[in-house]
Amino acid sequence: MIMEDFKVNTMADMMARGEKPEILFWVGCAGSFDDRAKKVTKALAKILHHAGIKFAVLGTEESCTGDPAKRAGNEFLFQMSAMNNIMVLNGYEVTKIVTGCPHCFNTLKNEYPELGGNYEVVHHSQLLQEFLDAGKISVEGGAYKGKKITFHDPCYLGRANKVYEAPRQVIMRLDSLMTEMKRSKANGLCCGAGGAQMFKEPEKGNKDINMERAEEALATSPDAIAVACPFCMTMISDGVKLHEKEDTVKVKDIAEMIAEAMDL
Amino acid sequence: MRNINLGREKVINDRKNERWQTMARVAMGQSKMGARPVAAFFHFLIYVGFIIINIEVLEIMIDGVFGTHRVLSFMGGFYDFLIGSFEYLAIGVLAACVIFLIRRNVIRLKRFHMAEMTSWPKSDANLILITEIFLMTAFLLMNASDALLQSREAAHYVKAGAFPVSSGLFGMLSSYSNEALIMIERGCWWFHIIGIIAFLNYVPYSKHFHILLAFPNTWYSNLNPKGQFNNMESVTNEVKLMMDPAAVPPPTDSNALPQRFGAKDVKDLNWKQLMDAYSCTECGRCTSVCPANITGKLLSPRKIMMDTRDRLEEVGKNIDVHGSDYEDGKSLINDYIKEEEIWACTSCNACVEACPVLIDPLSIIMDLRRFKVMEESAAPAELNGMFTKMENNGAPWQFSPADRMNWNEN
Repeated sequence: MIMEDFKVNTMADMMARGEKPEILFWVGCAGSFDDRAKKVTKALAKILHHAGIKFAVLGTEESCTGDPAKRAGNEFLFQMSAMNNIMVLNGYEVTKIVTGCPHCFNTLKNEYPELGGNYEVVHHSQLLQEFLDAGKISVEGGAYKGKKITFHDPCYLGRANKVYEAPRQVIMRLDSLMTEMKRSKANGLCCGAGGAQMFKEPEKGNKDINMERAEEALATSPDAIAVACPFCMTMISDGVKLHEKEDTVKVKDIAEMIAEAMDL
Repeated sequence: MRNINLGREKVINDRKNERWQTMARVAMGQSKMGARPVAAFFHFLIYVGFIIINIEVLEIMIDGVFGTHRVLSFMGGFYDFLIGSFEYLAIGVLAACVIFLIRRNVIRLKRFHMAEMTSWPKSDANLILITEIFLMTAFLLMNASDALLQSREAAHYVKAGAFPVSSGLFGMLSSYSNEALIMIERGCWWFHIIGIIAFLNYVPYSKHFHILLAFPNTWYSNLNPKGQFNNMESVTNEVKLMMDPAAVPPPTDSNALPQRFGAKDVKDLNWKQLMDAYSCTECGRCTSVCPANITGKLLSPRKIMMDTRDRLEEVGKNIDVHGSDYEDGKSLINDYIKEEEIWACTSCNACVEACPVLIDPLSIIMDLRRFKVMEESAAPAELNGMFTKMENNGAPWQFSPADRMNWNEN
């Protein structure tokens, strides 16, 4: 479990040493298995390490939060997944969780308490803002200085949990030019992946939702499109590729942008 | 009201302060309307006009019953101010209704002409606007003839009130005799009163019911984060039993019929979801922001609400005609709402955010999905595949849990 110059601990490692982390990094299925999202996971791990935070992951003990099952109407599967996870989390006496996935964030934060899982849950955008405000990390004139960046609000971070400002504050710290799409914040348009759509073909229509959203993002003629969700990452990247703009417009997670600006 | 009570029970009485505040802000203050400023301005005009002109209706009724003339005129200058403001509001309401008719029928705004806006919903909207125009015209004409009679010092018509708007109609009316003016004044009085009473009786059968239901509907609205979907208690009990054989099942009434998982028909929805359906005024803000609808899919959140209401009306009529145990063999899902509609939803909450009276179409879509998945095992094949993967390897994709740390290797 060596990551360049530092070791990512699992909860089991730490427990064996009689230690407890300050925060559990919930990686999520996309963050564990999707090649593009894995890069975001690495970036966030590096930032956590650099900020001097004692953190751990569940590793092989982590399992899907159950979000896609719940949105698809399979409450049985959701609750079984949730209760299994809660047993693991409570077993390790976890108190605080950070995750880069708004779907995991929403489910852990809002839907686990009724099933016996009570934790302080933050999205990585909130933690990054906290680190920047507290001076635990700093970015100065990094790769995104003066670049035009537009931010795509993830539904499960924005409308679902009213977190609109944290990711924007993080982007501002890059000394970049923030530009808003026509539909943003509470009016933001979904990337098309939510509600378990990520795992099925769309119904018949005249356009794919991610194309509509990618067009809107490209209309701001940005240097980069910032995302804060692994599913949005897939959808928006695909939309940009279909417009053959992937060489000029980068789609990046805010954690990657901060890590790049910090030369991590 | 009986129809709303056909829904499942749901206790909503927590956080009362927050509920009153929400109602004051969203229903009384119309805070959600501001997203579309033009509609918001004219809608506010009609809303204020409707409420304030009703004070004048009180006087009109007293005058009618006791044969008095402008019984509240003892207030003097303040009365003049009131009547003057009513007139400005009346002409404002009239103008707003005309503009709304133009938006619907001449400019033909897209959201008023979508698939679910069949002939009745369109007629309903136009009928309401035209009725309001007639009522306001009658009100102004009544004032104008009254004022003219006052200036001619006709018997009974003692001087009272100020008429800044209706005085514009003097030219049109001045050639009439006192008798004719009295006819017009009385005629408009009757038209106005009968019109208002008839209109109030029409409201519960119309999309216009929102003028009343907006208030309770916002009070009882969901105060939790929008991403938090309700927990199904019945499932929790079963899952607990499954995971821990020593768990004690909660006491149940052995005579109670087991409740269906999710919703097949309107009676499986809770009463708040049914009140949502009656509160909907079919404005289409939900549908115009729905990512599925925008990209040409069949799903329209407004249609979900209209279908729920139409089906509920049908169930209600069946009960009236055939008694409460009658089953017509139809259901909300399939007969009204197609599977293709509910599976197109991304659960993005844009429709919920857009609704000016805090209707939650997403919760109905979710309950219909739950029925399809848990009662009929009829999820789309790809989703069934995803469920299997989640069960087997704890992820919606085909990866081994042992590989979860692979991101950490170069």
